[in-house]
Amino acid sequence: MTTDLTRLSLAETAKGLKAKDFTSKEVTASYLYAIEKASALNAYVAVTADQALDMAGASDEKLQKGEGGALEGVPLGIKDLFCTKGVHSQAASHILDGFKPEYESTVTQNLWDDGAVMLGKLNMDEFAMGSSNETSYYGPVINPWRAEGSNADLVPGGSSGGSAAAVAGWLCAGATATDTGGSIRQPAAFTGTVGIKPTYGRASRWGTVAFASSLDQAGPIARTVEDAAIMTTSICGFDPKDSTSVDMAVPDFAAAVERGVKGLTIGVPKEYHMDGMPSEIEALWQQGLEWLKAEGATIKEISLPHTKYALPAYYIVAPAEASSNLARYDGVKYGLRVPGKDITEMYEQTRAAGFGREVQRRVMIGTYVLSAGYYDAYYVQAQKVRTLIKKDFEDVFNTGVDAILTPATPSAAFGVADQEMSKDPIKMYLNDVFTVTVNMAGLPGISVPAGKDGQGLPLGLQLIGKPFDEETLFAAGRVIEKSHGLDFTPNKWW
Amino acid sequence: MTIVDTRTPNPKYFIKGATGDWEMVLGLEVHAQVTSESKLFSGSSTEFGQPPNNNVSFVDAAMPGMLPVINEECVRQAVRTGLGLKAQINKRSIFDRKNYFYPDLPQGYQISQFQDPIVGEGKIYLDMGEEGEVEIGVERLHLEQDAGKSIHDQHPNMSFVDLNRSGVALMEIVSKPDLRCSDEAKAYINKLRTILRYLGTCDGNMEQGSMRADINVSVRRPGGEFGTRCEIKNVNSVRFAGQAIEFEARRQIDILEDGGEIDQETRLFDPKTGETRSMRSKEEAHDYRYFPCPDLLPLEFDDAFIEELAKDLPELPDEKRARFINDFGLTAYDASVLVADRESATYYEAVANGRDGKLAANWVINELFGRLNKEDVAVVDSPVSAKQLGGIVDLISKGDISGKIAKDLFEIVWTEGGDPAAIVEERGMKQVTDTGAIEKIVDEIIAGNPDQVAKAQDNPKLVGWFVGQVMKASQGKANPQAVNEILKAKLGL
Repeated sequence: MTTDLTRLSLAETAKGLKAKDFTSKEVTASYLYAIEKASALNAYVAVTADQALDMAGASDEKLQKGEGGALEGVPLGIKDLFCTKGVHSQAASHILDGFKPEYESTVTQNLWDDGAVMLGKLNMDEFAMGSSNETSYYGPVINPWRAEGSNADLVPGGSSGGSAAAVAGWLCAGATATDTGGSIRQPAAFTGTVGIKPTYGRASRWGTVAFASSLDQAGPIARTVEDAAIMTTSICGFDPKDSTSVDMAVPDFAAAVERGVKGLTIGVPKEYHMDGMPSEIEALWQQGLEWLKAEGATIKEISLPHTKYALPAYYIVAPAEASSNLARYDGVKYGLRVPGKDITEMYEQTRAAGFGREVQRRVMIGTYVLSAGYYDAYYVQAQKVRTLIKKDFEDVFNTGVDAILTPATPSAAFGVADQEMSKDPIKMYLNDVFTVTVNMAGLPGISVPAGKDGQGLPLGLQLIGKPFDEETLFAAGRVIEKSHGLDFTPNKWW
Repeated sequence: MTIVDTRTPNPKYFIKGATGDWEMVLGLEVHAQVTSESKLFSGSSTEFGQPPNNNVSFVDAAMPGMLPVINEECVRQAVRTGLGLKAQINKRSIFDRKNYFYPDLPQGYQISQFQDPIVGEGKIYLDMGEEGEVEIGVERLHLEQDAGKSIHDQHPNMSFVDLNRSGVALMEIVSKPDLRCSDEAKAYINKLRTILRYLGTCDGNMEQGSMRADINVSVRRPGGEFGTRCEIKNVNSVRFAGQAIEFEARRQIDILEDGGEIDQETRLFDPKTGETRSMRSKEEAHDYRYFPCPDLLPLEFDDAFIEELAKDLPELPDEKRARFINDFGLTAYDASVLVADRESATYYEAVANGRDGKLAANWVINELFGRLNKEDVAVVDSPVSAKQLGGIVDLISKGDISGKIAKDLFEIVWTEGGDPAAIVEERGMKQVTDTGAIEKIVDEIIAGNPDQVAKAQDNPKLVGWFVGQVMKASQGKANPQAVNEILKAKLGL
C-alpha cells in the first residue's frame, strides 16, 4: 500500500471510498493489521475481523454501484457497552462473561444502516465507571501519548478509554463512546481527539448497557470536529423503544462545522476557575477565548452558582441509579454464575466475583443513598441540586449566551496506577469536575484538543451548548481546531 | 398518613373474648391483573396457560440495555377502573423502582408507583343485607409489573423460573382500613371483582391468579385505638379470605388477652390447616429503596383523555341495581343478585323488558340460575335463551299455562330447545279455562267421592284435595283459579 489508510480522517476515508480511491476491504484490512500490532494499547476487547471483512465486502459492492450511506465502508470501533448482535458485549465486566446479545443497539444499528463497518469491541472502564480505564476486567488501556522523554504508560482517561486510544492510535476511523459524567469528553481531552456528548435524549439508549439512565448518552470520539459531526448525525435519532428519546429532527451536523462563531456570545463561568488549577490550563482557556473572539464572538463572564455542588450530587445520583440498574446481573439469567448453597449465597458470590472494586463501591454508595432514612438526605437533596444546576444554565442561556467555554479536564493524562488516584477515589472523581454539570443538566458538550501541557501532552477545551444546539458546538469547536496550529498525532511507540 | 375511622362500631360484628368484646379492623390490597393484549412495558403476550417462558421478550428477561415503554392500553384500563371506583384520577403520576432480589424478578426491581399513583381516593359501596349499605374508602390504585413464577418441585436441588407473568400489568387497589368483619371483606372482594368485570379491566379470575388480596388485620376494643396489624399475603379466594381473617383475628385476640403484644409482621394463610403463619417480621422487612424509574418519563395525560374514557364507560353495578329497583320494581336483594355480574344483568334485562319485571326476576333467579348452577353452566352459555325464557313468562302472564306447567315447559326448552308458544300449542299444554270442560271433570269427581264431599262440607279446607284431583284428571292443564271457583260453587262452600 502506498499510503497508510489508517492515517486518514473519517471524512477523508468516506470520501476516498466514494471516489473509489481504495476499497472498504483495503481500509478495513489496514485497520485490522494496525489493531493486531497494537496489543500494547489494549484498546480492543474483541476484534471481529471476519465480520468486518464481510461488512466491508458488502459496502464495496454498494460503493461500486455508486450507492451507500454517509459512512459506507468506514471502519469503526464500538465501545463494549453497546450490545452488538452475536458479538462480545460485556461492558468490560467479568459478570457478563460470555454474553452475546440476540439484538443490536439502536446506536450501532444506525451506524450499520449508514454503511459503517465494525472492527470490534473497545475496552472501557467496567460498566463505564471510571476516569482512567483502569477498572476494566480486561486490564487498563494505555494512552498512545507519552510525555516527552518518558516511557511511562499513561492512562487514556475513561470510561471510553478504549475508544479514545483507538481513535488516537489509528485503530479505527472513529469510535462510539458513552458519557455519563464526562466519559467521552475527558478521554478525548487526554488523547488529543474530539468527543461530543449530545443533548440527553438525542441518541437512543436502547441496547446500550445502562450505568445511570438519567445521565447516560452515547456519542462519538473522532479525530476531527468534522468527523465527530458526521458520526453524531448518524448516531442520533428518535427511538420509540427509549421513552426518554426525544422526537426531534436531527440536522446534518457536518453542514454546521464551518459556520464560524461570528456574532455568537460565548460565556465564561467564573466558578470554573478552580483552586489549585494548573496555570497552563488557565492559560489554555484564555487562549481559547482569544481564538473565538478573533473570529467574531463576544466573550461574556457568566455565573453558574451551583457548580460546586455538581460533583457531590452526581456521585449520589449516578451510583443510586447504577445500584438499581446493575441488580439484574445476579447470575440467574446470563453471564457469570458462582454457585452457592442457596440463592442468597449464589447472588453474593456471583456479584463479589463478577464486579470489580469500583463497581462494587458505586453499587454500595447507591444502595446506601437510597436506603430508608437516607433517601431524603441524599437522593432527594441531590435531585434538588440537579434542578438548580439546570436552572443555572437556563438562566445564562436566557441572557443571550450561545455556548460556554471551559477547560475539559483539570490536568493532562496521568500515569497508569497513579498512587494518589488509586489511594483516594475522590481524586479520581475530580477528573470529571468540569464535565458532570453538563450531564446533570442534560446539555450537549464537546471536547476539542486545543493545546499541550509542559510535557507535550494534549489538553482539551470544552464547549457547552443549549439543549439540542450541537450545531453551535461543532462550529465553535472547529474554530478552536483551526486556531491551535498544533499536530495532535502521538509518536508511535507500540 | 393519618387514618380516619369512618365507621360506627356495630355490636353484631363484635367478637367475644374472655375479657370483653373485640372489633376487627381490616384493610385490603387487591392485586388485579389488567386485561390487556400485551404486558405493561413490553409487547409480549399476556395469554394465560402458555408453555413456560413462551411470553418473554428481551425486556421481560431484563437483558442488558433493554428499556420499558409504557403500554397505553394499560393506562386506559387503570383510568377506567379509577372512574368506576368514583376515584380521583391523577393526570400526572410517576413510575418508581421497587428494588429487591429474587430469581423471578429479572430486573432486580419491580416498576411500580409509590408516591404518585395514577388513581387517588375513591369508594366502593357494599350491600350488607340487613345491615344496609356500607361505604368503603379506596385509598389509591397504582399500576405495577407482575413478577415471574418460581417453580420448586421440578428438580431435587434447583428451582426453575417461568417469566410468562413477568411484566404483566397489575393494578394494586388499596382500601382504607374501613372493613370491620370478614363478611364485609368478602363482600368487598366480590364487589370489586364485579366492578372490574363490568369495566372489562380485569377478568377477576382468582383461580388463575388474576386477582389476589393482601389482607391487613388488626383487632381493638370496639371503637378504640387501632391495634398493630399483620398482613396476610396473597390470598387467592374469597372463601380463604374469610377463613384467614377469622383465624387471624382470633389469634391476635388470644395473644392480647394473654397480656401479649402483636408483632407487626407479614403472614401466610395455609388453606390446608386454615391457619396463618409468620412469613417475615418487621425487622426482616425489605428496604425497597424506591426511587423514580429513570427510564420512564412521568405519566401525563389531559382531561380530554379522561373524558373520552368516561364517555364509553358501561353502566356500573350500583347504577344498574338502582335502575332495576326503580324500573322493574325489584326488591333490593333480587336486584343485587341480578347485577352481580354483567352477563346475568343483561340476560335479565332482555327477559324483563316489556314484561312483568318481578315475574321475570323470579324465573331468572330461581329457575334459570338454579339450573345453571346445578349444571355448572355460565349464563352466556345457557341453553334457554333470554328470548325463550321471555316466551315462557309471556305464556304465564297471559294465563295460557300455569306455573307448574311452565316448569315442565322450561325443562322441555332446556333439553330440546324450540319456541315455547309453539311447544305449548303442539303438545296441548295450554291451560283449560273452558268452564264447561272443567265442570264436567268436577262433576265426575264429586259423583265418585261422596265421602270426601261430606267431609269437605264440614271442613272447607279439604277443598284442596278436590283441586288436586281435578288438576290430576286434567293433567295439570285446568286453570287453578277456575277449578277453585267451580268446586266451591258445586260443593256449596
